[in-house]
Amino acid sequence: MAIDLLIGAIKAIVILLVVLNLSAILLWFERKGSALIQDRVGANRAAIFGVGKRLGLPNLGLQNTLMADPLKLFTKEDFVPDGADKFLHALGPFLALFPVLVTFAVVPFGDVFYIGNHTVELQAAPINAGALYILATIGIGVYGVALGGWASNNRWALLGGVRATAQMISYEIAMGLAIIAIVITYGTLDLQDIVRQQGGVWFGFLPRWGIFLQPVAFVMLLTAGMAESKRVPFDLPEGESELIAGYFTEYSGGKQAAFMLTDFAEVVLVAVLLTLFFFGGWQVPWLYSDGFHFGSHALQLPRALVVIMGVIAFWIKVVLFCWLQILIRWTLPRFRYDQLMALGWKGLVPLGLLNVLVTAFVVVLATGAAR
Amino acid sequence: MMISYSWLMGLSAAIFTIGVAGVLLRRNILVMFMSIELMLNAVNLAFVTLARRMGSMDGQVIVFFVMTVAAAEAAVGLAIIISIFRNRETVNADELNLMKW
Amino acid sequence: MPVALFIFLALVSIISALGVVVQKSPIHCLLALIMTLVSIGALFIALDAVTVGFLQIIVYVGAIMVLFLFVIWLLNLQAEPVPAAHLGLKFFATIAVAGVAAELFAFMARTKVALGAVTVAAGYGSIDSLAQTLFGQYLMAFETTSILLLVAVIGAVAVARRAAPERIVAPKQETP
Repeated sequence: MAIDLLIGAIKAIVILLVVLNLSAILLWFERKGSALIQDRVGANRAAIFGVGKRLGLPNLGLQNTLMADPLKLFTKEDFVPDGADKFLHALGPFLALFPVLVTFAVVPFGDVFYIGNHTVELQAAPINAGALYILATIGIGVYGVALGGWASNNRWALLGGVRATAQMISYEIAMGLAIIAIVITYGTLDLQDIVRQQGGVWFGFLPRWGIFLQPVAFVMLLTAGMAESKRVPFDLPEGESELIAGYFTEYSGGKQAAFMLTDFAEVVLVAVLLTLFFFGGWQVPWLYSDGFHFGSHALQLPRALVVIMGVIAFWIKVVLFCWLQILIRWTLPRFRYDQLMALGWKGLVPLGLLNVLVTAFVVVLATGAAR
Repeated sequence: MMISYSWLMGLSAAIFTIGVAGVLLRRNILVMFMSIELMLNAVNLAFVTLARRMGSMDGQVIVFFVMTVAAAEAAVGLAIIISIFRNRETVNADELNLMKW
Repeated sequence: MPVALFIFLALVSIISALGVVVQKSPIHCLLALIMTLVSIGALFIALDAVTVGFLQIIVYVGAIMVLFLFVIWLLNLQAEPVPAAHLGLKFFATIAVAGVAAELFAFMARTKVALGAVTVAAGYGSIDSLAQTLFGQYLMAFETTSILLLVAVIGAVAVARRAAPERIVAPKQETP
């Protein structure tokens, strides 16, 4: 009993640390990546006593983004604007950050480990309604933004908060419809089960990934996920040229760092969801639980190595999708607000409903499941 | 010490009573509305408890319907409140007395 | 469920329910209501009603409370000094609340069956069994509820929108 508790606590802490560190590294990824896309150099000045320069190494901006920026953010003065509700102003960033981090509790990172006679699941909370849990926590994420906008006593922050709330609840529906299509296809809400069903290959070479079964749901989840995290091209709520900084205008210091962290943690979350549902999660093509199988050849591997390879494959896929989102951000211009709402309600929702209808028909016909 | 079903029913009764107090004592229509939602949730808790006691799923289906009807009622009720506010500029229940003698 | 979990959730739900009724600012009342709903959802999940518990959080907390929030923004409701209800109302309300409480406790808190004494079927509370019951035995009610939702949406939009502005028709031009 105590061992189980300890293993659970270690899993939770490790997952939290990995996600937070990945979010920080994504910040550097974004600055240098955007510089690459826009044909400029990016941050490359800050250094510690010029050590890198003396050794002749190029300055990649790591000290700038990963050391100087966080230090600056956390040592800034933390003010609450005059006439604002102090409690709500302080609650906003935490209500925004908490649901995003908590969603990672049900994400399966790898296959099951066997240590001695203990079974260690690489999933912090192995519940069998994982997809419902994800929808629930994404729904709670609306309140941090709403309260941040309201509690700032600033009409542009309020406007940004109202726009952000309306946008988030509209695209939640599209996200839910995409997840429903996936759940119908795989017949289960359990995330580990969905990943397991994506093992194996068709015709000897095509991995059984979800993208081949549900391409429409992939596009919907990518679009709705980017709209939920309010990234460009859907970042009108925090439009820099329109609303100063939207709902986090009146935030500085650690609270603004929390809002920024929410942004990048949601990028990681959308990438993780896309990997889990559409690209096999921790499944590596041709890798089964006892080694590689290429047609008739087989390469035996110990189970621990197989599991570790699965975990590494998972994180590589997640980083690739994070890079995809950064690429989309720096390529497309911003949507106008009515275009955004029209896309959500008149475009994605009917498409999602049609997708669910067709999926349900195909599943019933293919499996003959008429109960 | 084992939990018995009567504790859960007692909790449901307590939340229902607090909801009733809210509806009767507060004068802000929106807070009265929130107290009505409290009462609905207390009833939902009672339904789920009894469903588990009898091992049947019917109680949970009823909770599903109660949630749906509560959503519909909240939408229409809030639309009415907005309409009243546009005409009378107040959400205080004491000042909405057009139909009093 | 463990006793400690039940005591914690019960305390949280009762204290936040009191918070809904007592606080001055409508937004604080809303936050207290959200906390009550989340704790009741947690109680649902602890009572093996997993799907209904998550639906409570998705539907109630994620959608209905956002609707309340929008209305509070739209009407710009600020914290107000809670106006004292006049004495007759307070008297009546106290008697009514005490009566309701006494009756509820007398009738509801009777059974002494322990929670662990009743074992439930394997798939109890899962989305599978909920769907079987909902679309099997209660199909008619389900379809009626969907019509109810449609009517509610149409009604809400019809009641809450502003009157359509009068159309300005250009006067007919006489051709020379």
